[in-house]
Amino acid sequence: MSILVIAEHDNAQLNPATLNAVAAAALLGSDIHVLVAGSGARAVAEAAAAVAGVQKVILADGASLADGLAENVAAQVISVAPAYTHILFPATSAGKNVAPRVAAKLDVAQVSDILSVESADTFTRPIYAGNAIATVQSADSIKVITVRTTAFDPAASQGGSAAIEEQAAVADSGRSSFVGRELAKSDRPDLASASAVVSGGRGLGSAENFKLLDGLADKLGAALGASRAAVDAGYAPNDWQVGQTGKIVAPQLYVAVGISGAIQHLAGMKDSKVIVAINKDPEAPIFSVADYGLVADLFQVLPELEKAL
Amino acid sequence: MKVLVPVKRVVDYNVKVRVKSDHTGVDIANVKMSMNPFDEIAVEEATRLKESGAVTEVVAVSCGTAQSQETLRTALAIGADRAALVQTDVELQPLAVAKLLKALVDKEQPQLVILGKQAIDDDANQTGQMLAALLEWPQATFASKVELAADSVTVTREVDGGLETIKLSLPAVITTDLRLNEPRYVTLPNIMKAKKKTLDTYTPEDLGVDVKPRLTVLKVTEPAARSAGVMVPDVATLVEKLKNEAKVI
Repeated sequence: MSILVIAEHDNAQLNPATLNAVAAAALLGSDIHVLVAGSGARAVAEAAAAVAGVQKVILADGASLADGLAENVAAQVISVAPAYTHILFPATSAGKNVAPRVAAKLDVAQVSDILSVESADTFTRPIYAGNAIATVQSADSIKVITVRTTAFDPAASQGGSAAIEEQAAVADSGRSSFVGRELAKSDRPDLASASAVVSGGRGLGSAENFKLLDGLADKLGAALGASRAAVDAGYAPNDWQVGQTGKIVAPQLYVAVGISGAIQHLAGMKDSKVIVAINKDPEAPIFSVADYGLVADLFQVLPELEKAL
Repeated sequence: MKVLVPVKRVVDYNVKVRVKSDHTGVDIANVKMSMNPFDEIAVEEATRLKESGAVTEVVAVSCGTAQSQETLRTALAIGADRAALVQTDVELQPLAVAKLLKALVDKEQPQLVILGKQAIDDDANQTGQMLAALLEWPQATFASKVELAADSVTVTREVDGGLETIKLSLPAVITTDLRLNEPRYVTLPNIMKAKKKTLDTYTPEDLGVDVKPRLTVLKVTEPAARSAGVMVPDVATLVEKLKNEAKVI
């Protein structure tokens, strides 16, 4: 059984989400290969080769792969796919973009966002915003899978010594081109992998008030998150959104401030180890999942909390 | 230019579903059903493109049981010109839907297909990408802005860490993210008018597509419940508990 993991990267660094996907791959077998498709991505391939458990790294380096366009990356994956029984992508925005394209080309079903590996062909995955867990079995010869990164502890980034094999990059499809990218700059830890997350909701009332969370996040070394209501109201950028359609997080500590706790939000954070909810409405659904709940006005509590830490 | 908009009938997003006691699925008998929220955004975007003059016809399509007609009527009330239903009682998975949609695209020859990024029932996030692959068309997933030109479309996408803009040559497939637009409310006169619009019905056999499910659902269970939490009276108690009981700070 050979397993291919598609590396997530920005051509300079290996995204840690890849390590979670390798960990899921290790539950399937030991013949784990990693595909690094990029441009000038030698350093990424070297980082992938050092990951514990990786047997081989395939580096496809070329201009067509520079910006991760789905058409080209999928074609690159398909060029090596027949040699594998499982193809795993981390369930990031890039993985979700490319994986179904690969599956359809191979005429196989894709298993999205797996939470666990039950056997080589059976996996669990959440449905209905995480309100139910389905155990699904795939009869396809190649299993194309995206891995919910928060459900698997990352593989060690050191200890491996895989060989790097180079492969020619596919030709550009000519159907799509990259125009630009606008990435939010932040000194804070990455939301998806932070050990603590402080999230704000509509209760904050304005973008200025959202800055009240900065102090608390600094004290906790936490990433900032937001509910959809806060994002839609323009209080926070959309890549902070935690929930069914935003990021899925599972930190050690999740602090929900002024968030009511709609099921779509809970779907993105209810696997956090400890959940703290601060809300002035004692009936807010967020208290049903909170380990510690505090019914209070957040504008009074936040400065107090910051001082107490 | 013609736009095809696939829509799905799903359990309403406000309903908290329950897992059946025999673990065969979730109980959706007698619960409120609606159009998948991302699909509403897709219909709205297609309608706005039509209103701007860039698009001449919007065709809404759905695959599923006869009740999906209601969902198509909603799309017609928002602004779609006509509709098509691929009717089947078989449980449809994304690959099967993508194949049915490909058959409809071959029939209708649209320049653009706009889908929702995911359905809130199976949370798969696959159909748009699969359709693009089967058609060998370019794709722009998770769109938050769409600018249509004569032979290309420029799309801003929501990606981890920010936004990314790509340009696709037409024909192309787009999937919508939440912030692409705010769908309009349907008005009563438009609901009445929608009843008169054409709705064609096909079967998978008509289209020559095998829709047999590829994944077998062995069981559906409740997620592990969290143990009941405690309410704390003040900040001092909260900090004390986080330090000494939960040991997370």
